[in-house]
Amino acid sequence: MPRIVYVQPDGARDECDVEAGINLMQAAAVHAIEGIVGECGGNCMCATCHVYVDPHQIDLLPARSEAEDALLDGVAAERRANSRLACQINMQPALDGLIVRLPDRQI
Amino acid sequence: MPLPADKTDCENEPVRRQVPSLDVDPFSADYFENPLRVHHELREAGPVVWLGRYQCWAVARYTEVRSVLHDWRTFCSSRGVGIQDFAKEEPWRPRSPVLETDPPQHDGARAVLNRVLSPAVIKRVRQELSLVAERRIDELLQRRNIDAIADLAEAYPLSVFPDLVGMPKEGREHILPTASLNFNAFGPNNELRRAAFATAAPHMSWVMESCKSTNLAPDGFGSQIYAAAEAGEITTDEAALLVRTLFFAGVDTTVNAIGAAIYCLASFPTQWKKLHADPSLARNAFEEAVRYESPVQTFFRTTTQSTEITGAHLNEGEKVLMFLGAANRDPRHWERPDEFDIERRASGHFGFGGGIHMCVGQLLARLEGEVVLSALARRVSAISINGQPKRRHNNTLRGLATLPVTLHAA
Ligand code: HEM
Ligand code: FES
Repeated sequence: MPRIVYVQPDGARDECDVEAGINLMQAAAVHAIEGIVGECGGNCMCATCHVYVDPHQIDLLPARSEAEDALLDGVAAERRANSRLACQINMQPALDGLIVRLPDRQI
Repeated sequence: MPLPADKTDCENEPVRRQVPSLDVDPFSADYFENPLRVHHELREAGPVVWLGRYQCWAVARYTEVRSVLHDWRTFCSSRGVGIQDFAKEEPWRPRSPVLETDPPQHDGARAVLNRVLSPAVIKRVRQELSLVAERRIDELLQRRNIDAIADLAEAYPLSVFPDLVGMPKEGREHILPTASLNFNAFGPNNELRRAAFATAAPHMSWVMESCKSTNLAPDGFGSQIYAAAEAGEITTDEAALLVRTLFFAGVDTTVNAIGAAIYCLASFPTQWKKLHADPSLARNAFEEAVRYESPVQTFFRTTTQSTEITGAHLNEGEKVLMFLGAANRDPRHWERPDEFDIERRASGHFGFGGGIHMCVGQLLARLEGEVVLSALARRVSAISINGQPKRRHNNTLRGLATLPVTLHAA
């Protein structure tokens, strides 16, 4: 199973094996990772599953949809070039080793 | 799944016989007083149940409600999200350009509302809404004995939402009756629906008048919707109907959700104590109340083709009733479903629906709920119920008519 590394704002790291097909918001919920809220349940409507993807890996991901891009304007923490919504990243083998950093707040 | 050979003699009925059928009435006074027993029966009867009384299908388990919500191609909204099939009956009012459409029509209108109610917009009104909530709680603390429904659950949304939309100041007493009419109208032609229509005329004429661009404040959500029409994204007629949708959908829902949250917190003192000790739980407490009480209980879909849900065969043009409230307590998905727990991870519930029609006002609703509960948690040490709470009956919404409580200052 591909592995994802969630990094908390204080540097704490959680490495999780994530089955392909589920998204990174769901994976965080399954592994009880703090810091990803996911209020809309992954419907791309709430912007509370914000993550910063490691800048070296950002090109591994498919481009943002218009809806994701618009939502990112409303995230609680700073929006950066590598900001993504975790519920819009579906796990796949090519993402093995992906590192995502969590913002200091989601609301 | 192929049917057994001996059951193919007649088109519908044999298939139906394989599916459990129940003679429950989810639009009756008994049900409104206590829907939980019926929810249990529906979930346990099977993944899909035939409701002979209304000639429609019902889904009440988490997985099946989710599948229906997420498959708009098969389970459409354009034939109405109430029991009426718009392919057979004229809608009682022109249909909503978001709630009662499918893609691609849905997309344009939804994109406009997504922008008008986006997280960025809601972030900007947070401080203001929070101040209004604090002022309201301070005022209520002076009085101590209040009706938590009229004085808080209704008063708070009414003190913020109409201004955000830019509704006219005059005539706002029509807002709640129109919303209640709209939600009753999704149900069958029962006493509730008939009574709502009997008194509808003055309320509806106020709404139709108020939705005109010239009657809306220039900076509100309403005017922004008309701006999208000027920019050519939607038509002017659609703009008027979208504003009407906000009038219908934005107040009564939030009223019942805030009412549910206060009722739950007053009924479960351990949970209240947790919230009082840590007001940062306010937002999750509100979310859990929406799961636990499900202020919007049901919506329908209509099948666009013959299809199958977990082994049951449905024909084209049939109504499917989704029991959001029952799915929100399905033990197949939730641990301790009947426990109100403000620390649970409640996300994934269907209180705001799911899929492409999932509530576009959810961020605003959560903000309203959060700031009210947070102000309560910080200023009030205990809420005690001091009289008999009364249910308000509605064909779609679940909530209270009155909730007499005493607020004890912190
Ligand atoms: C706690 C309060 C609320 C609850 C429980 C709630 C519930 C729901 C539900 C269950 C749906 C799905 C309908 C369907 O699938 O057919 C929905 C849709 C909708 N809600 Fe809410 N709602 C709330 C607050 C609001 C607010 C404050 C607004 C307006 C600002 C709003 C506007 C809408 C609109 C326009 C839709 C239709 C969206 C579409 O079809 O794409 N709601 N709501
Ligand atoms: S969970 Fe809501 S946008 Fe990702």
